[in-house]
Parts: sequence; structure tokens; C-alpha cells
Amino acid sequence: MKCNLCEKKAVILNPSYCKEHFIDDFEKKVEETIKQFNLFNKNEKILVATSGGKDSLTVLHILKKLGYNVKGLLIDEGIKNYREYTIDDMNEFSKKYDIDFVIKSFEEEYSSTLDDITKKTTLNPCHICGIFRRQLLNKYSKEYDVIATGHNLDDEAQSILMNLLKSQTNLLSRLGPITGLKKDDKFTRRVKPLYLLSEKNIRLYTFLLGLKNTFTECPYSSSSFRNEISIMLNELENENQGTKSNIVNHFLKNQDKIKKIGEKEGSANLCYICNEPSSGKICNACNILKELKLI
Amino acid sequence: MEVLIEKENKKKNINFRGNVRELLEKLDINPETVIIISNDQVLTEDEKLEGDEKIKILSVVSGG
Repeated sequence: MKCNLCEKKAVILNPSYCKEHFIDDFEKKVEETIKQFNLFNKNEKILVATSGGKDSLTVLHILKKLGYNVKGLLIDEGIKNYREYTIDDMNEFSKKYDIDFVIKSFEEEYSSTLDDITKKTTLNPCHICGIFRRQLLNKYSKEYDVIATGHNLDDEAQSILMNLLKSQTNLLSRLGPITGLKKDDKFTRRVKPLYLLSEKNIRLYTFLLGLKNTFTECPYSSSSFRNEISIMLNELENENQGTKSNIVNHFLKNQDKIKKIGEKEGSANLCYICNEPSSGKICNACNILKELKLI
Repeated sequence: MEVLIEKENKKKNINFRGNVRELLEKLDINPETVIIISNDQVLTEDEKLEGDEKIKILSVVSGG
């Protein structure tokens, strides 16, 4: 099939675009998302939480191309046969596109890698990893205005469904293209420039631009509830195009009501151990570290 | 036809003629989870395959 806008061969259907028009449309959608949700402006300092995966490399590449002030922060959890490859990818990308990044590791912060931690607990590795990563991102982003993450349409639709299925209204209220809106110098605002872009289109974008050519999959990902939801959502999307967008759009229409419920259920304190934001006296990260006798 | 499935790191030789969507059905792969490459070109689901191509099936989910 041909491109809707020129005579060249399409690389994507519904709508049909050739390589050049797809890339153009994709980058415009990211720019529109930044403006629609007022994520940040060109005077602000943006720290991109990067994993070396397709999503965060896409965020770094587009924001730099659009003229934003960006730097990457990569958290090395200590996952063998995975993280070393994505660090290599990140180093290569950083040199090629002249984008600076720093690495902070679980080992250096918590004296233990995620691989070591999983041997000492029955807690889900993705749960632990998420909590520690969020703590480090916040800790190392104090001099930045925002943390931009590579969360995409698929991630958001999955999170909405996961929280609905577990009846976690409080967690549902923390979703959206921008979080941490409360004025608080202890918590850096988090934004999602790929909020309305599908995982499939992001992969296509990275392939067409040669941003990411190697396949890396976290060895813990198949054990997660998110993985089950992802498979189910992709089946639904295949049968009914637009399912993921419909879920996210429905959430956005009701976001104000959901946020109000969340605000009633939880208020921000500071953890008395690490002094980082927490909904209780001790934050989740310190709770896990105590349980593991790492603090 | 030679098919490389990136996620499984497996190469398969199969007899197939039809379009890309039908190939994915035969391989039991959801089109939402992959992009299809032949000769470094992206193929859309409606494209016809003659049976002598080398196909790469790239996973969309990075899972990281």
C-alpha cells in the first residue's frame, strides 16, 4: 500500500504513511503531547530516566531534536545478562547523538544488586525494582525541573487496568501524563512525553532511525502481572483497534475525579530514615531495606 | 522462506505463500507485538510474500 501523503511505499497502515511521513507524524505527536499537557518548556532542565531501551532512547532523541535541555540518568539494578547490554547500547547512543548521561546503581546505593536481593526475599522483583528505581530517580533529580520517562500508551493502559483489577484507586490516582503536581521541592515532577504513542509505533520509530537495533528483555519481566495484562491488551487491540487509546482516553476524562479520591486516601510525608517523600512514616524502599537487613 | 523470530532467537524454514498477516497467523504471533522486516525494509500486514524471502520478526515489547 502507498503512503496517504505521497507515492512512496507505506511502512505502517491505518493511517498509511511512508518512512518520512511516519517519522514526521510521530515527532509531531510527541510535541503535541508536551504542549497539550504542558509537560515542560525550553527553559526547564529535563532529566530523562533512561534504561537504554527503545522508549527512553526515543524520548532522549526527540527532546534533543526539538531543542530541549536534556540529560539521561540510568539506574543499574544489577541484573546479569541484561543491564550490561543496555549500558553498552546507551554508551553508543550517547556518543552518536551527543547526549550526556550518568549511571547510579543499586549496588552503590543499597550495597546489593537486584539479583542478590531476589535471592533473599519472596517479594516480586519488579515490585522491588520499581520502588528502588523511583527512590533513586527522585534522589538524583533535585537540580532538575522534571523527570521525563519513556512510559507509553501501552504502559499507561496496562497500569490503569492493573489498578482497576486490584481495586487500587489510590495508585490509579497517581497515573496520568504528569505526576507529582503538588508544589514540593522534595518531589520532582514526572512527565511522560510518549503518553499517547503506542509501543509498536515507538519500536518502528527506533528501527527506522536505527536508534536501537538489539533486542533486550529483562529476565524478570515474564514473571510480572503487567506481562499478563500486556498479552491480554494486545489480543484485544488486535481484534478491536483503538482499545488501548480508549482505556487511556476514558481515564483522562475522569482523571480529576480519580485524583480527588487519591488525595483523600494518601498524603505526602517524609520518610524518617531517608528523608524522601513517603505516604507513611517509612517509605516503601526503606521498609524493604529493613526487611532485608540492608539498613 | 527463512524466518528469524528475534524474541525466541530462532530461525525457521517454512513453506509459505500469502500476505504478512497470514504469515503471522500461521506462526501464532499477534501483529500488535511485532514489526516485520525483509531486506532491511519494513513490511506492512497487507504485503504479499512469494515464499523465497528472508523475514525478520522484531519484537515490539522490550520488557525492561
